Amino acid sequence: MKQLMLGNQALARGLYEAGCCVVSSYPGTPSTEVTEEAAKFEEIYCEWAPNEKVAMEVAFGACLAGKRSFCGMKHVGLNVAADPLYTCSYTGVNAGMIICVADDAGMHSSQNEQDSRHHAIASKVPMLEPSDSQEAYAFAKLAYEISETFDTPVIIKMCTRVAHSQSVVDTAERVVPAVKTYEKNIAKYVMMPGNAIRRHPFVEERTRKLAEWSETSGVNRVEMGDTSLGIITSSTSYQYVKEVFGAKASVLKIGMVNPLPTKMILDFAAKVDKIAIVEELDPIIENHCKALGLEVVGKDVFPIEGEYSQNMVAAKLGADVPCSKKLDENLPVRPPVMCSGCPHRGLFYTLKQNKVTVLGDIGCYTLGAVAPLSAMDVTLCMGASISSIHGFNKALGTESEGKTVAVIGDSTFMHSGMTGLANIAYNQSNSTVIILDNSITGMTGHQQNPTTGYNIKGDPAGKIDLEALCKAMGFNRVRVVDPYDLAQCDAVLKEELAAEEPSVIISRRPCVLLKYVKPKKPLKVLCDKCVGCKSCMRLGCPSISMKDGKACIDTTLCVGCGVCKQLCRLGALESQE
Amino acid sequence: MSTKNIMIVGVGGQGSLLASKLLGHLLLTEGYDVKVSEVHGMSQRGGSVVTYVRFGEKVYSPIIDKGEADFIVSFEQLEAARYVEYLRPDGRIVTNTQKIDPMPVITGAAEYPAELVEKMQKLDIAVDAMDCLSLAEEAGSSKAVNIVLMGRLSKYFDIPVEKWDKALEACVPAKFLELNRKAFALGRNF
Repeated sequence: MKQLMLGNQALARGLYEAGCCVVSSYPGTPSTEVTEEAAKFEEIYCEWAPNEKVAMEVAFGACLAGKRSFCGMKHVGLNVAADPLYTCSYTGVNAGMIICVADDAGMHSSQNEQDSRHHAIASKVPMLEPSDSQEAYAFAKLAYEISETFDTPVIIKMCTRVAHSQSVVDTAERVVPAVKTYEKNIAKYVMMPGNAIRRHPFVEERTRKLAEWSETSGVNRVEMGDTSLGIITSSTSYQYVKEVFGAKASVLKIGMVNPLPTKMILDFAAKVDKIAIVEELDPIIENHCKALGLEVVGKDVFPIEGEYSQNMVAAKLGADVPCSKKLDENLPVRPPVMCSGCPHRGLFYTLKQNKVTVLGDIGCYTLGAVAPLSAMDVTLCMGASISSIHGFNKALGTESEGKTVAVIGDSTFMHSGMTGLANIAYNQSNSTVIILDNSITGMTGHQQNPTTGYNIKGDPAGKIDLEALCKAMGFNRVRVVDPYDLAQCDAVLKEELAAEEPSVIISRRPCVLLKYVKPKKPLKVLCDKCVGCKSCMRLGCPSISMKDGKACIDTTLCVGCGVCKQLCRLGALESQE
Repeated sequence: MSTKNIMIVGVGGQGSLLASKLLGHLLLTEGYDVKVSEVHGMSQRGGSVVTYVRFGEKVYSPIIDKGEADFIVSFEQLEAARYVEYLRPDGRIVTNTQKIDPMPVITGAAEYPAELVEKMQKLDIAVDAMDCLSLAEEAGSSKAVNIVLMGRLSKYFDIPVEKWDKALEACVPAKFLELNRKAFALGRNF
């Protein structure tokens, strides 16, 4: 049946039809929907793991047990899972195992735009790169075949435009292969030096065989057109190339980006006058071609950074670019902001007022760095807030201890904040760590995590008690505050900064977008009391603006959290019952 | 037929998802190749959001580039103006006249530009500007702005109105169908 599907949904459909039985992932834009869609199939066991390393190891365990498995993550997640990746390349698999990694060229929702193909090359794991939903679907099935034939995990590399574009997919029925009985095989699965030394040649030989296979398997394909220009491309770049040139150029479309074919490229090169490589991010196909002695147009004209588009491909390769009109006007930007009633806002306001240095982390709350709050100094990677405050305070001692905090969300804390906290408990820096517990993984669109008490299907699950966990690590000072209560936040922050031992503050209130959080009536401005001092505007709440010299509440957005009311000394903002 | 391009722009949380779902469903049933693209994540948090809908015999690129859009359907004035460059010279903008202040305007760092619709028209751009919020409220819910806009857009397509209605039926929960039908008609007949 033909239907429109997101690339991520199509990939999940492919997993389902190929008989995938176990899925473990950590959410991350733009990869999240693969796992959310897979979880809609009753036949697949699905879970959110605490982080990507755990997810990959779960998938590895499941494939070892003999059932097809999957783990999904964003590009930076693969760094977290790099440890199992590089060695399960050596052990190989029992049943098929797929790792999905989604890159985010253009950084729509990421802290860097690294190219995951490097991980495939470095770990010597084959990587498939679909260019639309139909291919994402088909490559899921193909990846399991490759995985089982060549005894290797297989990476499917998505990118934002493939993951988050809907295109037509022709689906089929689910076929579950027989369970591959687990057999003890110490030489294959116990990666201690004596065994790993013998597995490494297997890996090298596997790569040679895969390269050979890629020449003739049809995973890469040639679409001959005009031979004055030959373009080697993959992923969404292929779509831009076809959009611009159609049959006016010949195209070698790469479906397997690791290992790359050799003969196919040389044959293609021999048939065309000039070769251009169109690939987003790093020059991987380009360098391969150059190593084969080919002269190519590539990153000498195309950028390494950012996303491509049809106009860019046209402009760089000398085709026509459509003309357009432009308003001669400086339009104000519309950056993302914390939602009205976001529980993080009150806490960040408190941090700003106290002029502390804030070592931040990855999540919605990274928006605490945006004006007018501007209450974040650093954001690096998942969990770095806690580890780096320890380093910061060890470097400066009492000079920084009383005026520096780490800020991390509940899901990020579970992901990789706990180990940093263990370091503080163990190596004793007088650090103040704030866990923003909004009872959900917010940024990626509301996924459950080990602190929420529910699993991916929304059913009751184990629930980790943050206070008990911190206390068990040896923290004597664990405080809980309500971020809607500014006075309480301020008092507790001051006490914990002053304390002469490490402490944890849990700022607890569920995300305002959660269905069970019922909004209160919008606040009302008492115009006779409002003098237009703009105190309430310091929160950066999208519900508050100034109209005719008075504060004005957007009643369609305001959820009545009442934080702004606490900033008004004149009592001009009133809650409505 | 060459590929047709519809851009849906607005502010995160305004409901562009239903509009693109409706278009995708309709165009697929009409037998076209269709691609619909959106960006999730950070951009949704009250930021500027864009959805691309492309259809034709064979659609390659999932995105719409500058100078390519046949239609820009905008949920908000400033957002319509922001993406003018994406419109083909003979394209049309269908926009809600509602103004939603972005953060730089809220904080006083910038002003909301005046007379945007007139400025676009001065560039010889065809602009359908309508107060979709009032029309949506008239239909029964301020959330139906998206369907009011779809109703207006439908005027420019050679697709019978019954087919649009069928697509509405398929994409909207039954209990909101009548409300959305009303919103669609108000937009179409504006």
